[in-house]
Amino acid sequence: MNFDDTPEQSAFRARVRTWLDANAPKHLEPELRSAIGTGISGLKSVDPIEAAKAWQARKASAGYACPSWPREFGGGGHSAIERVIWQQEEGIFAQLSGIFSLGHGMCGPTLMAWANEEQKQRFIPPMVTGEEIWCQLFSEPCAGSDLAGLRTRAELAPDGSGDWIINGQKIWTSAAHVADHGLLIARSDPAVAKHKGLTMFFLDMKSPGVEVRPIRQANGHNGFNEVYFTDVRIPDAQRLGAPGQGWEVSLTTLMNERMTIGATIVTGFDQIFSLVCAMEGENGPLVEDRAVRSKLASWAVRDSGLKYTSMRAISAIARGEIPGPENSIGKLVAASLHQEIATFALDLQGEAGILTNPDLSAAKGQFQAMIMRSPAMRIEGGTDEILRNIIAERVLGLPGDIRVDKNVPFNQIEG
Amino acid sequence: MNFEFSAEQLQLRDTARRFLADKCPPAAARAVLDGKVDHDAALWQGLAEMGFLGVTIPEAYGGLGLGHLELCVLAEEMGRTLAPVPFSSSVYLATELLLSAGSETQKQHWLPRLASGSAIGTLAHAEATGAVSNGSLTTHLEHGRLYGQKLPVPDGEIADFAVVTAQEGDDLSLFLLDLSGAGVTREAVSTIDPSRRHARIAFSGASAEPLGERGNAIAQISAVQDRAAVLFAFEQLGGADRALEMARDYALERKAFGRQIGSFQAIKHLLANMYVAATLARSNCYYGAWALSTEAPELPVAAASARISATQAYQLCAKDAIEVHGGMGFTWEFDCHLHYRRSNLLALALGSLSLWEDRLIDALRQSQAA
Repeated sequence: MNFDDTPEQSAFRARVRTWLDANAPKHLEPELRSAIGTGISGLKSVDPIEAAKAWQARKASAGYACPSWPREFGGGGHSAIERVIWQQEEGIFAQLSGIFSLGHGMCGPTLMAWANEEQKQRFIPPMVTGEEIWCQLFSEPCAGSDLAGLRTRAELAPDGSGDWIINGQKIWTSAAHVADHGLLIARSDPAVAKHKGLTMFFLDMKSPGVEVRPIRQANGHNGFNEVYFTDVRIPDAQRLGAPGQGWEVSLTTLMNERMTIGATIVTGFDQIFSLVCAMEGENGPLVEDRAVRSKLASWAVRDSGLKYTSMRAISAIARGEIPGPENSIGKLVAASLHQEIATFALDLQGEAGILTNPDLSAAKGQFQAMIMRSPAMRIEGGTDEILRNIIAERVLGLPGDIRVDKNVPFNQIEG
Repeated sequence: MNFEFSAEQLQLRDTARRFLADKCPPAAARAVLDGKVDHDAALWQGLAEMGFLGVTIPEAYGGLGLGHLELCVLAEEMGRTLAPVPFSSSVYLATELLLSAGSETQKQHWLPRLASGSAIGTLAHAEATGAVSNGSLTTHLEHGRLYGQKLPVPDGEIADFAVVTAQEGDDLSLFLLDLSGAGVTREAVSTIDPSRRHARIAFSGASAEPLGERGNAIAQISAVQDRAAVLFAFEQLGGADRALEMARDYALERKAFGRQIGSFQAIKHLLANMYVAATLARSNCYYGAWALSTEAPELPVAAASARISATQAYQLCAKDAIEVHGGMGFTWEFDCHLHYRRSNLLALALGSLSLWEDRLIDALRQSQAA
């Protein structure tokens, strides 16, 4: 049992460090650090999208943009463990690449698995270099946890061209406002059971009839979008998988989504520990308070538990194995942790805990931002409840829920 | 990086699991619980023959001379099977104290006996409600003899010797005491988990020899508690996993409202939460095992993290295993209460959760200051 690199891993890490030392945008580091959790939207001194694209292009030139993707598509051709080492070393600068995470985590792997050769050559390399941004058009107002209940229609064009005509609405689409392309799942056959009638496509986000509207979130930010489709035409060549095979195609990416989110998780423990250590209570330093200590300790072991769970997964990768199901706990644990920590941090600040202005609030308002963002973390990428179902069914082997709509044609389901 | 046990260590786990499945069914713990025997002597002898009692004892003293990673592997299996033997007292506490503080004569006398199972050792530390500190103990040395009382002492009835913390003037020191000598009286005490026996031991002028230097008790005990915390945590982890398995199996088998109860989300979510807690505990335990086996400076943080996480996981899994079993889980006949009892015993066995929370926060502050 050890945390040591093999000689090869150690050599790779040294190469990465040297390269980062010469190439990383160090002038952005302080801003990125103070904006943890808010991604590039926290960047004020530069245009965030331009900064993201510049860093992505620089990484791509050295094979670090998508380190483990094949070289023929512009990836680095590195092993899975080398990808992990890259992530560890890239550290804070990875925040810059958040805008590409859906493309790299989901759209790219789906294209690699289902697109034809010509399409892969056309679309994957610019995705790697950051020249083109992708978004994922899955969730709908009436189809979240029950994604297969989606209603956006894909119908063959009446002109016999073989093109598809898309009508409907997607929601919670990150990066749609800046995306060049989108991966879209739609219902092509409402007369069969809900999972059987779906088809996957990709499309140009500038296609006529696509309208992107930002969603104003509960916390006042605009991190996501609604996307409306009105008679949007997609050539049949941009279908991925057979008509009706869309659900199967989507599964390539759904598990990837959970892995992606879990891999870059911040629980907030370091932040609350620093806050508490700096505060004085009525009877001396707050960190000496028994009740405070109990909470801190309980969060500390969840934070370290996640950290070492990920170490176990990395070890499996280093051995050439696929990480076990224990990784499914990451987002589930971290999301509640965020919310609990933020709530407590505000409580510690007393009546001033309501203040959001960074100049007036303790810790520059980061816990106020955290408490307002944290409800979303328990929902995005699989709700707490869906994640518990997944653990119970796929890891512990419990039977699936009874599904009253399972074999019912979609157009006969009530509601 | 390889943050996992080695192939040999995993093989040892399989060997231990097979051995304990055969020699330590739930009926073994029940025999002690019901008061038929004070521990499972045949199992104890079997463990000695497998070499398991001397895993960390050097070969020169009759042990296997393996490392603490191997001991972690065994501890997990002991916890899974609720082994009703003085393994933790003798191996995690007495052996560790002798190895770290014992004189050459003391080691030569006791270590071979501990390895062969012919002697059982324990630590007699607590005296009453609350944590132990210098000045809080009544047990003391007077004209070279021990006076006072220890309560509760794990395996106090059956141990051959005990390491005792006692006031020596203004100092708190460690003493080694043959429990069969004059001036020692012991009586069994009833506890929440009678499958592991505890005693009250009174000293009235008992003869005792020093273990290590005068005034070193706090430091020695603290160091050994860090090491033992990792081992206790692995026992708790084994118990947590077993309780979860029992609950999962029952949820698959039991039907209500025309379905397996495991198909209801209310049950699924209980089980998923148990899995989450056990997984976090396992990862923290591995970190503890790494720190213990490499004598890393991170041990105080790692040990407290493993201990807290495993205490929480075992308590959660044991109590919710009863919940999943419903009324049947609260019968004497079902084994759920064996884990419920054990989880609550082990939660206190090395000091309470709040004590370990304090240790963790202190250690985190120190590591941050460093």
